[in-house]
Amino acid sequence: MMKTPRRLLFSSLIVFGITAPAFGQDAAPMTYEFMIGNVWMLFATALVFVMHLGFACLEAGLTRAKNTVNILTKNIGIVAIGVLTYAIIGFNLMYPGDAFVGKLFGFGGFGIGTDAAGVTPAYNEGYTYWTDFIFQAMFAATAATIVSGAVAERVKIGSFLIFTTFYVALIYPIIGMWEWGEGFLDSKGFHDFAGSTIVHSVGGWGALAGVIVLGPRIGKYVNGGVRPIMGHSLPLATIGAFLLWFGWFGFNGGSVLSADPAGISLVFVTTTLGAAAGIVGAMATSWIIQKKPDLTMVLNGSLAGLVGITAGADVITPMESIIIGAVAGVIVVLSVLLIDRLRLDDPVGAISVHLVCGIWGTLAVGLFAAGDGRSFLVQAMGVGLTALVCFPAALLIFFLLKITIGLRVTPEEETLGLDIGEHGMEAYAGFEIFTTQ
Amino acid sequence: MKLVIAYIRPEKLNDVKQSLFKAEILKISVSNALGCGEEPNYFENYRGAGAEVDLHKRVRVEAAVNDQFVAKVIDAIIAGAQTGGVGDGKIFVLPIDDCVRIRTGERGNVAIG
Repeated sequence: MMKTPRRLLFSSLIVFGITAPAFGQDAAPMTYEFMIGNVWMLFATALVFVMHLGFACLEAGLTRAKNTVNILTKNIGIVAIGVLTYAIIGFNLMYPGDAFVGKLFGFGGFGIGTDAAGVTPAYNEGYTYWTDFIFQAMFAATAATIVSGAVAERVKIGSFLIFTTFYVALIYPIIGMWEWGEGFLDSKGFHDFAGSTIVHSVGGWGALAGVIVLGPRIGKYVNGGVRPIMGHSLPLATIGAFLLWFGWFGFNGGSVLSADPAGISLVFVTTTLGAAAGIVGAMATSWIIQKKPDLTMVLNGSLAGLVGITAGADVITPMESIIIGAVAGVIVVLSVLLIDRLRLDDPVGAISVHLVCGIWGTLAVGLFAAGDGRSFLVQAMGVGLTALVCFPAALLIFFLLKITIGLRVTPEEETLGLDIGEHGMEAYAGFEIFTTQ
Repeated sequence: MKLVIAYIRPEKLNDVKQSLFKAEILKISVSNALGCGEEPNYFENYRGAGAEVDLHKRVRVEAAVNDQFVAKVIDAIIAGAQTGGVGDGKIFVLPIDDCVRIRTGERGNVAIG
Protein backbone atom coordinates (compact mmCIF):
# COMPACT_ATOMS: atom_id res chain seq x y z
CA MET A 1 0.00 0.00 0.00
CA MET A 2 2.96 2.34 -0.55
CA LYS A 3 1.72 5.60 -1.85
CA THR A 4 3.16 7.34 -4.85
CA PRO A 5 5.77 9.72 -3.50
CA ARG A 6 4.16 13.12 -3.15
CA ARG A 7 7.15 15.11 -4.28
CA LEU A 8 7.27 13.27 -7.61
CA LEU A 9 3.64 13.70 -8.44
CA PHE A 10 3.78 17.16 -9.93
CA SER A 11 6.36 16.14 -12.49
CA SER A 12 5.13 12.66 -13.35
CA LEU A 13 1.45 13.28 -13.84
CA ILE A 14 -0.18 11.44 -16.68
CA VAL A 15 -3.43 13.16 -17.42
CA PHE A 16 -6.04 11.85 -19.78
CA GLY A 17 -9.79 11.94 -20.19
CA ILE A 18 -12.04 14.87 -19.47
CA THR A 19 -10.87 18.16 -18.14
CA ALA A 20 -12.82 19.49 -15.19
CA PRO A 21 -12.50 22.83 -13.42
CA ALA A 22 -9.23 23.12 -11.58
CA PHE A 23 -9.04 24.26 -7.98
CA GLY A 24 -6.23 26.72 -7.58
CA GLN A 25 -3.58 27.69 -10.03
CA ASP A 26 -1.13 24.76 -9.74
CA ALA A 27 -3.83 22.10 -9.50
CA ALA A 28 -4.02 19.38 -12.15
CA PRO A 29 -7.25 18.90 -14.13
CA MET A 30 -9.78 16.29 -13.02
CA THR A 31 -9.75 12.94 -14.80
CA TYR A 32 -12.07 9.94 -14.85
CA GLU A 33 -9.24 7.93 -13.32
CA PHE A 34 -9.10 10.35 -10.40
CA MET A 35 -12.84 10.53 -9.82
CA ILE A 36 -13.56 6.81 -10.11
CA GLY A 37 -10.48 5.96 -8.07
CA ASN A 38 -11.56 8.36 -5.36
CA VAL A 39 -15.06 6.86 -5.16
CA TRP A 40 -13.62 3.36 -4.97
CA MET A 41 -11.20 4.36 -2.21
CA LEU A 42 -14.00 5.91 -0.14
CA PHE A 43 -16.14 2.81 -0.63
CA ALA A 44 -13.19 0.67 0.44
CA THR A 45 -12.84 2.91 3.51
CA ALA A 46 -16.44 2.16 4.44
CA LEU A 47 -15.77 -1.57 4.00
CA VAL A 48 -12.77 -1.38 6.35
CA PHE A 49 -15.02 0.45 8.80
CA VAL A 50 -17.40 -2.54 8.78
CA MET A 51 -14.51 -4.75 9.90
CA HIS A 52 -14.80 -3.09 13.31
CA LEU A 53 -18.35 -4.40 13.59
CA GLY A 54 -16.96 -7.78 12.56
CA PHE A 55 -14.37 -7.68 15.34
CA ALA A 56 -17.03 -6.58 17.85
CA CYS A 57 -19.34 -9.49 16.92
CA LEU A 58 -16.55 -12.07 16.79
CA GLU A 59 -15.06 -11.09 20.14
CA ALA A 60 -18.44 -10.81 21.87
CA GLY A 61 -19.52 -14.19 20.54
CA LEU A 62 -16.36 -16.00 21.58
CA THR A 63 -16.47 -14.73 25.18
CA ARG A 64 -18.94 -15.17 27.99
CA ALA A 65 -22.29 -13.37 28.29
CA LYS A 66 -21.19 -11.65 31.49
CA ASN A 67 -18.41 -9.73 29.68
CA THR A 68 -20.34 -8.63 26.58
CA VAL A 69 -20.94 -4.98 27.49
CA ASN A 70 -17.23 -4.69 28.29
CA ILE A 71 -16.01 -6.11 25.00
CA LEU A 72 -18.44 -4.02 22.94
CA THR A 73 -17.41 -0.86 24.81
CA LYS A 74 -13.77 -1.62 24.05
CA ASN A 75 -14.50 -2.21 20.39
CA ILE A 76 -16.37 1.03 19.77
CA GLY A 77 -13.90 2.96 21.92
CA ILE A 78 -10.98 1.69 19.86
CA VAL A 79 -12.43 2.94 16.57
CA ALA A 80 -12.81 6.40 18.07
CA ILE A 81 -9.33 6.43 19.61
CA GLY A 82 -7.80 5.07 16.40
CA VAL A 83 -9.34 7.71 14.15
CA LEU A 84 -8.77 10.62 16.55
CA THR A 85 -5.13 9.85 17.28
CA TYR A 86 -4.50 9.26 13.60
CA ALA A 87 -5.86 12.73 12.84
CA ILE A 88 -3.83 14.39 15.58
CA ILE A 89 -0.50 12.63 15.16
CA GLY A 90 -0.63 9.22 13.44
CA PHE A 91 -1.08 10.21 9.81
CA ASN A 92 1.89 12.56 9.88
CA LEU A 93 4.04 9.98 11.69
CA MET A 94 3.23 7.33 9.11
CA TYR A 95 3.43 9.57 6.05
CA PRO A 96 5.85 12.34 6.98
CA GLY A 97 6.25 13.27 3.31
CA ASP A 98 9.12 15.67 2.84
CA ALA A 99 9.50 16.17 6.57
CA PHE A 100 11.90 13.27 6.92
CA VAL A 101 14.49 13.03 9.62
CA GLY A 102 15.56 9.71 8.17
CA LYS A 103 14.28 6.39 6.95
CA LEU A 104 13.51 5.21 10.50
CA PHE A 105 11.38 8.03 11.81
CA GLY A 106 9.71 11.13 10.47
CA PHE A 107 7.00 13.52 11.59
CA GLY A 108 5.05 15.96 9.45
CA GLY A 109 3.52 17.97 12.30
CA PHE A 110 0.30 17.77 14.30
CA GLY A 111 -3.16 17.64 12.76
CA ILE A 112 -4.36 17.22 9.19
CA GLY A 113 -5.13 19.67 6.44
CA THR A 114 -4.33 20.37 2.83
CA ASP A 115 -4.13 23.10 0.25
CA ALA A 116 -6.27 23.30 -2.88
CA ALA A 117 -3.98 20.93 -4.77
CA GLY A 118 -4.69 18.23 -2.18
CA VAL A 119 -8.14 17.60 -3.61
CA THR A 120 -7.00 17.30 -7.24
CA PRO A 121 -4.97 14.73 -9.19
CA ALA A 122 -1.96 16.82 -8.24
CA TYR A 123 -2.03 15.03 -4.86
CA ASN A 124 -2.47 11.53 -6.27
CA GLU A 125 -3.85 10.16 -9.50
CA GLY A 126 -6.35 7.97 -7.61
CA TYR A 127 -7.66 9.94 -4.62
CA THR A 128 -7.69 13.20 -2.67
CA TYR A 129 -5.79 14.05 0.49
CA TRP A 130 -8.95 13.58 2.56
CA THR A 131 -9.61 10.15 1.08
CA ASP A 132 -6.02 9.23 1.77
CA PHE A 133 -6.35 10.22 5.42
CA ILE A 134 -9.69 8.56 6.13
CA PHE A 135 -8.70 5.27 4.44
CA GLN A 136 -5.46 5.11 6.42
CA ALA A 137 -7.21 6.16 9.64
CA MET A 138 -9.66 3.26 9.32
CA PHE A 139 -6.67 0.91 8.99
CA ALA A 140 -4.95 2.29 12.07
CA ALA A 141 -7.77 1.34 14.40
CA THR A 142 -7.80 -2.28 13.24
CA ALA A 143 -4.32 -2.87 14.66
CA ALA A 144 -5.52 -1.97 18.15
CA THR A 145 -8.75 -3.93 17.86
CA ILE A 146 -6.71 -7.10 17.42
CA VAL A 147 -5.39 -6.72 20.98
CA SER A 148 -8.87 -6.35 22.44
CA GLY A 149 -9.95 -9.96 21.90
CA ALA A 150 -6.77 -11.47 23.33
CA VAL A 151 -6.97 -9.60 26.64
CA ALA A 152 -10.74 -10.04 26.95
CA GLU A 153 -12.61 -10.97 30.12
CA ARG A 154 -9.96 -9.75 32.58
CA VAL A 155 -8.40 -6.44 31.54
CA LYS A 156 -9.47 -3.17 33.17
CA ILE A 157 -11.31 -1.04 30.62
CA GLY A 158 -9.45 2.20 31.51
CA SER A 159 -6.01 0.61 31.35
CA PHE A 160 -6.83 -1.05 28.04
CA LEU A 161 -7.96 2.21 26.45
CA ILE A 162 -4.74 3.92 27.62
CA PHE A 163 -2.70 1.10 26.07
CA THR A 164 -4.66 1.44 22.84
CA THR A 165 -4.07 5.18 22.69
CA PHE A 166 -0.28 4.87 22.95
CA TYR A 167 -0.02 1.82 20.72
CA VAL A 168 -2.13 3.16 17.89
CA ALA A 169 -0.88 6.75 18.14
CA LEU A 170 2.84 5.94 18.22
CA ILE A 171 3.86 2.35 17.53
CA TYR A 172 1.57 1.55 14.61
CA PRO A 173 2.40 4.66 12.52
CA ILE A 174 6.14 4.38 13.12
CA ILE A 175 6.21 0.77 11.91
CA GLY A 176 3.86 1.68 9.06
CA MET A 177 6.18 4.48 7.96
CA TRP A 178 9.05 2.03 7.52
CA GLU A 179 7.15 0.34 4.72
CA TRP A 180 4.30 2.54 3.45
CA GLY A 181 5.75 5.97 4.26
CA GLU A 182 8.90 5.55 2.17
CA GLY A 183 10.93 4.29 5.12
CA PHE A 184 13.91 1.95 5.09
CA LEU A 185 11.98 -1.33 4.77
CA ASP A 186 10.43 -0.03 1.57
CA SER A 187 13.80 0.96 0.14
CA LYS A 188 15.14 -2.54 0.93
CA GLY A 189 12.37 -4.09 -1.18
CA PHE A 190 10.14 -5.35 1.65
CA HIS A 191 6.68 -6.16 0.31
CA ASP A 192 3.63 -5.98 2.54
CA PHE A 193 0.75 -5.09 0.27
CA ALA A 194 -2.08 -4.46 2.76
CA GLY A 195 -0.45 -5.21 6.08
CA SER A 196 0.10 -8.85 7.11
CA THR A 197 2.99 -7.42 9.10
CA ILE A 198 2.29 -3.69 9.25
CA VAL A 199 -1.23 -4.12 10.61
CA HIS A 200 -1.83 -7.71 11.71
CA SER A 201 1.53 -8.63 13.22
CA VAL A 202 1.76 -5.22 14.89
CA GLY A 203 -1.60 -5.94 16.54
CA GLY A 204 -0.58 -9.53 17.19
CA TRP A 205 2.59 -8.56 19.07
CA GLY A 206 0.49 -6.26 21.24
CA ALA A 207 -1.91 -9.15 21.88
CA LEU A 208 0.92 -11.50 22.87
CA ALA A 209 2.43 -8.95 25.24
CA GLY A 210 -0.97 -8.29 26.82
CA VAL A 211 -1.68 -11.97 27.37
CA ILE A 212 1.75 -12.49 28.96
CA VAL A 213 1.49 -9.54 31.36
CA LEU A 214 -2.15 -10.25 32.28
CA GLY A 215 -2.03 -13.99 32.82
CA PRO A 216 -4.85 -16.43 32.09
CA ARG A 217 -8.50 -16.07 33.02
CA ILE A 218 -9.61 -17.69 36.27
CA GLY A 219 -10.71 -21.26 35.55
CA LYS A 220 -8.78 -21.67 32.30
CA TYR A 221 -5.89 -23.71 33.66
CA VAL A 222 -6.86 -25.87 36.61
CA ASN A 223 -4.74 -28.66 38.15
CA GLY A 224 -2.44 -28.80 35.14
CA GLY A 225 -5.29 -29.18 32.65
CA VAL A 226 -6.75 -26.82 30.06
CA ARG A 227 -10.44 -26.14 30.68
CA PRO A 228 -12.76 -24.87 27.97
CA ILE A 229 -14.34 -21.46 28.59
CA MET A 230 -17.00 -21.46 25.93
CA GLY A 231 -18.05 -18.44 23.95
CA HIS A 232 -21.68 -17.55 24.60
CA SER A 233 -22.87 -16.91 21.03
CA LEU A 234 -21.42 -18.77 18.09
CA PRO A 235 -24.06 -17.24 15.78
CA LEU A 236 -22.70 -13.79 16.72
CA ALA A 237 -19.11 -14.98 16.22
CA THR A 238 -20.05 -16.33 12.78
CA ILE A 239 -21.65 -13.02 11.78
CA GLY A 240 -18.41 -11.38 12.90
CA ALA A 241 -16.25 -13.61 10.72
CA PHE A 242 -18.47 -12.98 7.69
CA LEU A 243 -18.36 -9.22 8.28
CA LEU A 244 -14.57 -9.29 8.55
CA TRP A 245 -14.34 -11.17 5.26
CA PHE A 246 -16.73 -8.62 3.69
CA GLY A 247 -14.64 -5.74 5.02
CA TRP A 248 -11.47 -7.36 3.73
CA PHE A 249 -12.56 -6.59 0.16
CA GLY A 250 -11.97 -2.97 1.13
CA PHE A 251 -8.89 -3.71 3.23
CA ASN A 252 -7.11 -5.44 0.34
CA GLY A 253 -9.07 -3.99 -2.58
CA GLY A 254 -8.57 -0.45 -1.32
CA SER A 255 -4.87 -1.04 -0.82
CA VAL A 256 -4.49 -1.00 -4.60
CA LEU A 257 -4.87 2.76 -4.00
CA SER A 258 -6.73 3.27 -7.25
CA ALA A 259 -9.60 1.72 -9.17
CA ASP A 260 -7.12 0.07 -11.54
CA PRO A 261 -9.28 -2.70 -13.06
CA ALA A 262 -6.47 -5.25 -13.31
CA GLY A 263 -5.29 -4.57 -9.77
CA ILE A 264 -8.54 -4.60 -7.83
CA SER A 265 -10.04 -7.56 -9.67
CA LEU A 266 -6.98 -9.74 -9.06
CA VAL A 267 -6.91 -8.71 -5.40
CA PHE A 268 -10.60 -9.64 -4.97
CA VAL A 269 -9.84 -13.08 -6.39
CA THR A 270 -6.71 -13.78 -4.32
CA THR A 271 -8.41 -12.45 -1.16
CA THR A 272 -11.48 -14.65 -1.60
CA LEU A 273 -9.52 -17.76 -2.54
CA GLY A 274 -7.22 -17.23 0.45
CA ALA A 275 -10.16 -17.05 2.85
CA ALA A 276 -11.86 -20.07 1.29
CA ALA A 277 -8.69 -22.15 1.43
CA GLY A 278 -8.14 -21.04 5.04
CA ILE A 279 -11.57 -22.36 5.96
CA VAL A 280 -10.95 -25.72 4.30
CA GLY A 281 -7.45 -25.99 5.83
CA ALA A 282 -8.70 -25.20 9.33
CA MET A 283 -11.73 -27.46 9.03
CA ALA A 284 -9.62 -30.42 7.91
CA THR A 285 -7.01 -29.86 10.62
CA SER A 286 -9.60 -29.43 13.33
CA TRP A 287 -11.49 -32.52 12.12
CA ILE A 288 -8.35 -34.65 12.28
CA ILE A 289 -6.99 -33.40 15.60
CA GLN A 290 -10.20 -32.70 17.51
CA LYS A 291 -12.15 -35.56 15.88
CA LYS A 292 -14.99 -33.17 14.98
CA PRO A 293 -14.87 -29.85 13.09
CA ASP A 294 -14.81 -27.01 15.65
CA LEU A 295 -16.78 -24.03 14.29
CA THR A 296 -14.64 -21.53 16.20
CA MET A 297 -11.53 -22.99 14.56
CA VAL A 298 -13.18 -22.79 11.14
CA LEU A 299 -14.02 -19.12 11.77
CA ASN A 300 -10.40 -18.53 12.80
CA GLY A 301 -9.41 -20.36 9.60
CA SER A 302 -11.27 -17.90 7.38
CA LEU A 303 -9.51 -14.99 9.07
CA ALA A 304 -6.16 -16.82 9.00
CA GLY A 305 -6.49 -17.22 5.23
CA LEU A 306 -7.30 -13.53 4.88
CA VAL A 307 -4.41 -12.39 7.06
CA GLY A 308 -2.09 -14.76 5.20
CA ILE A 309 -3.09 -13.43 1.79
CA THR A 310 -2.89 -9.77 2.77
CA ALA A 311 0.86 -9.29 2.31
CA GLY A 312 0.97 -10.60 -1.23
CA ALA A 313 -2.57 -10.22 -2.57
CA ASP A 314 -1.30 -8.09 -5.48
CA VAL A 315 1.74 -10.14 -6.54
CA ILE A 316 0.73 -13.78 -6.14
CA THR A 317 -1.29 -15.88 -8.55
CA PRO A 318 -4.75 -17.17 -7.63
CA MET A 319 -3.42 -20.75 -7.42
CA GLU A 320 -0.68 -19.61 -5.02
CA SER A 321 -3.27 -17.77 -2.93
CA ILE A 322 -5.05 -21.11 -2.39
CA ILE A 323 -1.83 -22.66 -1.08
CA ILE A 324 -1.06 -19.68 1.16
CA GLY A 325 -4.61 -19.64 2.54
CA ALA A 326 -4.74 -23.39 3.14
CA VAL A 327 -1.40 -23.38 4.96
CA ALA A 328 -2.65 -20.47 7.09
CA GLY A 329 -5.74 -22.51 7.95
CA VAL A 330 -3.62 -25.43 9.11
CA ILE A 331 -1.20 -23.18 11.00
CA VAL A 332 -3.93 -21.32 12.87
CA VAL A 333 -5.45 -24.47 14.37
CA LEU A 334 -2.06 -25.85 15.43
CA SER A 335 -1.12 -22.46 16.84
CA VAL A 336 -4.32 -22.09 18.89
CA LEU A 337 -3.71 -25.54 20.41
CA LEU A 338 -0.03 -24.84 21.06
CA ILE A 339 -0.59 -21.40 22.59
CA ASP A 340 -3.14 -22.94 24.95
CA ARG A 341 -0.59 -25.57 25.99
CA LEU A 342 1.90 -22.77 26.69
CA ARG A 343 -0.58 -21.39 29.24
CA LEU A 344 -1.14 -18.27 27.13
CA ASP A 345 -4.85 -17.60 27.41
CA ASP A 346 -6.11 -15.95 24.21
CA PRO A 347 -9.94 -16.27 24.28
CA VAL A 348 -10.49 -15.51 20.58
CA GLY A 349 -7.27 -16.80 18.98
CA ALA A 350 -6.02 -13.31 18.05
CA ILE A 351 -2.35 -14.22 18.45
CA SER A 352 -2.69 -17.22 16.16
CA VAL A 353 -4.75 -15.43 13.51
CA HIS A 354 -3.02 -12.08 13.36
CA LEU A 355 0.52 -12.63 14.59
CA VAL A 356 1.32 -16.17 13.47
CA CYS A 357 -0.55 -15.99 10.15
CA GLY A 358 0.64 -12.41 9.61
CA ILE A 359 4.21 -13.69 9.80
CA TRP A 360 3.32 -16.60 7.50
CA GLY A 361 1.72 -14.30 4.92
CA THR A 362 4.71 -11.95 4.93
CA LEU A 363 7.20 -14.81 4.51
CA ALA A 364 4.97 -16.39 1.85
CA VAL A 365 5.59 -13.36 -0.39
CA GLY A 366 9.29 -14.26 -0.28
CA LEU A 367 8.51 -17.91 -1.02
CA PHE A 368 6.01 -17.45 -3.85
CA ALA A 369 6.72 -14.04 -5.31
CA ALA A 370 10.44 -13.46 -4.94
CA GLY A 371 12.19 -11.43 -7.61
CA ASP A 372 11.40 -7.95 -8.88
CA GLY A 373 13.17 -6.59 -5.78
CA ARG A 374 11.45 -8.98 -3.36
CA SER A 375 13.31 -11.66 -1.41
CA PHE A 376 12.64 -14.08 1.42
CA LEU A 377 15.48 -12.60 3.44
CA VAL A 378 14.11 -9.06 3.34
CA GLN A 379 10.61 -10.35 4.19
CA ALA A 380 12.09 -12.15 7.22
CA MET A 381 14.00 -9.02 8.17
CA GLY A 382 10.77 -7.00 8.13
CA VAL A 383 9.08 -9.57 10.35
CA GLY A 384 12.01 -9.56 12.77
CA LEU A 385 12.37 -5.80 13.03
CA THR A 386 8.63 -5.37 13.58
CA ALA A 387 8.88 -7.87 16.43
CA LEU A 388 11.91 -6.08 17.83
CA VAL A 389 9.99 -2.82 18.21
CA CYS A 390 6.39 -3.85 18.79
CA PHE A 391 6.77 -6.64 21.34
CA PRO A 392 9.05 -4.78 23.80
CA ALA A 393 7.05 -1.56 23.36
CA ALA A 394 3.75 -3.32 24.08
CA LEU A 395 5.30 -5.20 27.02
CA LEU A 396 6.58 -1.92 28.43
CA ILE A 397 3.23 -0.12 28.13
CA PHE A 398 1.35 -3.05 29.70
CA PHE A 399 3.94 -3.41 32.46
CA LEU A 400 3.86 0.31 33.31
CA LEU A 401 0.06 0.16 33.49
CA LYS A 402 0.28 -2.91 35.72
CA ILE A 403 2.55 -1.26 38.29
CA THR A 404 0.72 2.10 38.25
CA ILE A 405 -3.07 2.02 37.84
CA GLY A 406 -3.33 -1.76 37.55
CA LEU A 407 -4.08 -3.83 34.48
CA ARG A 408 -6.34 -6.60 35.71
CA VAL A 409 -9.67 -6.56 37.50
CA THR A 410 -10.01 -8.24 40.92
CA PRO A 411 -10.78 -11.98 41.02
CA GLU A 412 -14.18 -11.12 42.52
CA GLU A 413 -15.00 -8.82 39.62
CA GLU A 414 -13.74 -11.32 37.07
CA THR A 415 -16.01 -14.00 38.53
CA LEU A 416 -19.02 -11.70 38.67
CA GLY A 417 -18.33 -10.45 35.16
CA LEU A 418 -16.79 -7.23 33.85
CA ASP A 419 -20.18 -5.99 32.69
CA ILE A 420 -21.29 -5.43 36.27
CA GLY A 421 -17.82 -4.66 37.64
CA GLU A 422 -16.59 -2.20 35.00
CA HIS A 423 -19.87 -0.83 33.65
CA GLY A 424 -22.63 -1.55 36.20
CA MET A 425 -24.91 -2.95 33.51
CA GLU A 426 -25.66 -6.22 31.81
CA ALA A 427 -25.78 -7.06 28.12
CA TYR A 428 -28.89 -9.23 28.21
CA ALA A 429 -31.18 -7.62 30.81
CA GLY A 430 -34.42 -9.56 30.89
CA PHE A 431 -32.88 -12.74 29.49
CA GLU A 432 -31.95 -15.70 31.61
CA ILE A 433 -28.20 -16.30 31.39
CA PHE A 434 -27.01 -19.62 32.72
CA THR A 435 -23.62 -19.12 34.36
CA THR A 436 -21.61 -21.86 35.98
CA GLN A 437 -18.10 -20.52 35.39
CA MET B 1 -52.76 -32.95 49.34
CA LYS B 2 -49.64 -34.05 47.55
CA LEU B 3 -47.01 -32.40 45.37
CA VAL B 4 -45.90 -34.64 42.50
CA ILE B 5 -42.53 -33.63 41.02
CA ALA B 6 -41.27 -35.41 37.92
CA TYR B 7 -37.92 -34.98 36.15
CA ILE B 8 -38.39 -36.05 32.54
CA ARG B 9 -36.55 -35.93 29.21
CA PRO B 10 -37.10 -32.51 27.57
CA GLU B 11 -38.30 -34.14 24.35
CA LYS B 12 -41.01 -36.03 26.27
CA LEU B 13 -42.65 -32.92 27.71
CA ASN B 14 -45.32 -32.74 25.05
CA ASP B 15 -46.25 -36.42 25.50
CA VAL B 16 -46.45 -35.96 29.28
CA LYS B 17 -48.61 -32.88 28.89
CA GLN B 18 -50.97 -34.73 26.54
CA SER B 19 -51.37 -37.71 28.83
CA LEU B 20 -51.88 -35.47 31.90
CA PHE B 21 -54.57 -33.51 30.06
CA LYS B 22 -56.20 -36.78 28.96
CA ALA B 23 -56.32 -37.76 32.65
CA GLU B 24 -57.89 -34.33 33.33
CA ILE B 25 -54.90 -33.05 35.27
CA LEU B 26 -54.95 -29.52 33.94
CA LYS B 27 -52.87 -27.59 36.48
CA ILE B 28 -49.13 -28.10 36.17
CA SER B 29 -45.99 -26.03 36.21
CA VAL B 30 -42.90 -26.70 34.12
CA SER B 31 -39.29 -25.51 34.46
CA ASN B 32 -35.86 -26.34 33.07
CA ALA B 33 -33.50 -28.40 35.19
CA LEU B 34 -30.04 -29.96 35.06
CA GLY B 35 -29.32 -33.23 36.72
CA CYS B 36 -27.26 -36.39 36.84
CA GLY B 37 -28.23 -39.97 37.49
CA GLU B 38 -27.28 -43.22 35.81
CA GLU B 39 -27.13 -41.82 32.29
CA PRO B 40 -23.55 -41.82 30.98
CA ASN B 41 -21.71 -38.51 30.64
CA TYR B 42 -20.88 -37.01 27.27
CA PHE B 43 -17.95 -34.92 26.10
CA GLU B 44 -17.67 -31.44 24.68
CA ASN B 45 -14.60 -30.09 22.93
CA TYR B 46 -14.09 -26.33 22.59
CA ARG B 47 -10.96 -25.09 20.87
CA GLY B 48 -9.02 -28.19 21.84
CA ALA B 49 -10.00 -28.19 25.51
CA GLY B 50 -12.22 -31.12 26.41
CA ALA B 51 -14.88 -31.14 29.11
CA GLU B 52 -16.96 -34.00 30.49
CA VAL B 53 -20.59 -32.98 30.79
CA ASP B 54 -22.23 -34.82 33.70
CA LEU B 55 -25.29 -32.62 34.11
CA HIS B 56 -27.94 -33.51 31.57
CA LYS B 57 -30.75 -31.23 30.49
CA ARG B 58 -34.09 -32.24 31.97
CA VAL B 59 -37.53 -30.72 32.42
CA ARG B 60 -39.22 -30.58 35.80
CA VAL B 61 -43.02 -31.02 35.83
CA GLU B 62 -44.92 -30.28 39.03
CA ALA B 63 -48.53 -31.00 39.84
CA ALA B 64 -50.16 -30.27 43.22
CA VAL B 65 -53.25 -32.46 43.65
CA ASN B 66 -55.64 -33.89 46.23
CA ASP B 67 -54.70 -37.36 47.45
CA GLN B 68 -57.16 -39.31 45.29
CA PHE B 69 -55.55 -37.92 42.08
CA VAL B 70 -51.94 -38.92 42.87
CA ALA B 71 -52.15 -42.33 41.18
CA LYS B 72 -53.66 -40.80 38.04
CA VAL B 73 -50.86 -38.21 37.82
CA ILE B 74 -48.16 -40.83 38.24
CA ASP B 75 -49.69 -43.12 35.62
CA ALA B 76 -50.04 -40.26 33.17
CA ILE B 77 -46.44 -39.14 33.61
CA ILE B 78 -45.13 -42.67 33.14
CA ALA B 79 -47.31 -43.11 30.07
CA GLY B 80 -45.92 -39.96 28.53
CA ALA B 81 -42.28 -40.06 29.64
CA GLN B 82 -41.26 -43.70 29.55
CA THR B 83 -38.85 -44.80 26.80
CA GLY B 84 -37.31 -47.74 28.66
CA GLY B 85 -33.83 -46.27 28.43
CA VAL B 86 -31.56 -45.11 31.26
CA GLY B 87 -32.29 -41.46 31.96
CA ASP B 88 -36.11 -41.52 31.78
CA GLY B 89 -36.19 -39.66 35.09
CA LYS B 90 -37.87 -39.93 38.48
CA ILE B 91 -41.12 -38.99 40.17
CA PHE B 92 -41.24 -37.72 43.75
CA VAL B 93 -44.39 -37.40 45.84
CA LEU B 94 -44.33 -34.96 48.76
CA PRO B 95 -46.98 -34.03 51.35
CA ILE B 96 -48.36 -30.46 51.20
CA ASP B 97 -49.13 -28.62 54.46
CA ASP B 98 -51.48 -26.09 52.95
CA CYS B 99 -52.50 -24.44 49.71
CA VAL B 100 -53.84 -20.90 49.17
CA ARG B 101 -55.58 -19.56 46.06
CA ILE B 102 -54.28 -16.01 45.88
CA ARG B 103 -57.27 -14.63 43.94
CA THR B 104 -59.87 -15.58 46.56
CA GLY B 105 -57.95 -16.45 49.70
CA GLU B 106 -59.47 -19.99 49.72
CA ARG B 107 -57.36 -22.63 51.49
CA GLY B 108 -56.74 -26.38 51.51
CA ASN B 109 -58.50 -28.97 49.33
CA VAL B 110 -60.82 -26.36 47.81
CA ALA B 111 -57.94 -24.19 46.69
CA ILE B 112 -55.92 -26.92 45.06
CA GLY B 113 -58.52 -28.28 42.62
